[in-house]
Amino acid sequence: MTVQPPTDTNSPGKLGYSYSRHVGERFIEATLFLMAFVSVAITLAIVVMLVKESVVFFEHVSLWDFLTDTQWTPLFDDAHYGILPLISGTVVSSAVALSVAIPMGTITAIYLSEFAPFAVREVAKPFLELLGGVPTVVYGYFALLFVTPLLQKIFPQLPGFSLLSAGLVMGIMIIPYVSSMAEDAMRAVPMHLREGSYAMGATRLQTAIRVVMPAAFSGIAAAYILGISRAVGETMVVAVAAGMQPNLTWNPMEPAATITAYIVQVSLGDLPHGSIGYQTIFAAGLTLLLLTLIFNIIGHMLRKRYREIY
Amino acid sequence: MRDEKNLNEIRAIIARHKLWDLIFVIIGVFVLMIAVLTFMALFSHMLIDGMPRLSWDFFSSFPSRRAGSAGILSAWVGTTLVMIVTAVAAVPMGIGAGIYLEEYASKNLITEIIEINVTNLAGVPSIIYGLLALSLFVHQLGFGQSILSAGLALALLILPVVIVATREAIRSIPVAIREGAYALGATKWQTVSDHLLPYSAAGILTGVIIGLARAIGETAPIITIGALTFIAFLPPSPFKTEFPFLSLEWLMAPFTVMPIQMFNWVSRPEEEFQANAAAAGLVLVVMTLTMNALAIYLRYRMRKNIKW
Repeated sequence: MTVQPPTDTNSPGKLGYSYSRHVGERFIEATLFLMAFVSVAITLAIVVMLVKESVVFFEHVSLWDFLTDTQWTPLFDDAHYGILPLISGTVVSSAVALSVAIPMGTITAIYLSEFAPFAVREVAKPFLELLGGVPTVVYGYFALLFVTPLLQKIFPQLPGFSLLSAGLVMGIMIIPYVSSMAEDAMRAVPMHLREGSYAMGATRLQTAIRVVMPAAFSGIAAAYILGISRAVGETMVVAVAAGMQPNLTWNPMEPAATITAYIVQVSLGDLPHGSIGYQTIFAAGLTLLLLTLIFNIIGHMLRKRYREIY
Repeated sequence: MRDEKNLNEIRAIIARHKLWDLIFVIIGVFVLMIAVLTFMALFSHMLIDGMPRLSWDFFSSFPSRRAGSAGILSAWVGTTLVMIVTAVAAVPMGIGAGIYLEEYASKNLITEIIEINVTNLAGVPSIIYGLLALSLFVHQLGFGQSILSAGLALALLILPVVIVATREAIRSIPVAIREGAYALGATKWQTVSDHLLPYSAAGILTGVIIGLARAIGETAPIITIGALTFIAFLPPSPFKTEFPFLSLEWLMAPFTVMPIQMFNWVSRPEEEFQANAAAAGLVLVVMTLTMNALAIYLRYRMRKNIKW
């Protein structure tokens, strides 16, 4: 059989090949590629901008002072630029939040993935998702005006602003992130592993803890890492409920500023562009980005190391 | 006799293990209950404090030094305008990137870098996007502390959400659809635009709604670029009476948004202002919850209806 050349006058010559059509396709592909590349450009822009502004900052302040000075008072006459108080605030509030979010998130995930009846799961999952959708400033309001007074009934010496109440609310806020990701990981574990375990006479809880969790470990670790990055980068809850005073303390009952709360505090004021105060927020931001980056790298390594493929 | 004793021991062990199962179920339900109760407490606390302030005047008044006559007019108008910018910037960009990664990208280093990068961007704290926008949009590009800067900052923030939703929606379409289109002589783009996009529209829409709901509630990046907390005027209207009828002046206007207005009221010591904060929070929560619920409903419908 021979192929008849098309009689259509619009596409003479070679069958199935149109120059304009080809160029159009190429153009579209290039456009789509550029759109995808924007995400890389954003990352590059973030790094370049933070480093560029921080370099100016570190021309004024030595890295040694930045890391070892125990006071952070960049806006005072007697300016000190020690990041430690901000880091201690961040670490303490995150630790409180994670001590709530990780156990509760894990229990929720195990319960929903291994125990809950279908109907409970169908209701609980969307509900948790809604909980994760509440704006953080609303959680801040809740921490300041509901949780703090409540805690003050238990600990009468608790001040009006404290890392404890901000951290607790942050923890509850993070539960949905941890639980939904950990649950997805557990549900991805193939059924025959569970069936094997049941066949050996294990109960549901034994199966969940000794078979499903180890098999889903890389996903669960990823969920924890996500929770940690959320806690470290969370801004509004701590800005509202933990006070904005930099305070080198490891005691959650005290008020203190986190890195993020400091950035908010400076942004609310009116610092001229290019002043040293303006540059401090970029140095603080760079520290924050490095902190989250470290956790992400740890998470990546855990995932690589313990990844189970079925 | 020994067998009977053994049997009893085994029964005791089984009973103990079953008890642990039961205990865990109780703990699981209890933990879920804590989440539910927290939400109830949050919502009812805001409802009790904020409800008396919710009235038509609250929506149609500017913020004021007197708590009783303050409202959220400039805040909700600002939020609406910022969301328009965010959606216009993030939606096409996110969908385009999603299509590229799912349909066009060949397996090479650049693709892998882009993929890792999208995952990592989702973990970057939102305030960092604020710093980027402050340096890049506000000062470098000279957009100033405007609606445009804020909208673009939030667009960057929700871009990964839109990309991931697009990819998942497109991935769930069976290969047979693509092969059918190619067999009929469609080009790649014709396949994408005539088949893949329409079939994945609901999934993409879900992602867009979730992203925008997140953007509405974001406070930190917008504070960082320097939104004002006290705005007693509206940005210039986007509509004009004479020829092109549309004006883009509003893009450059100073603004405030709902969460910033709420933050401002929360951080005041007077109780009257905290009632305002509760009312603003109520409006904000209802807005974001409605959007999220819509997205969840859409996804639920989709799962029920689509049978390939």
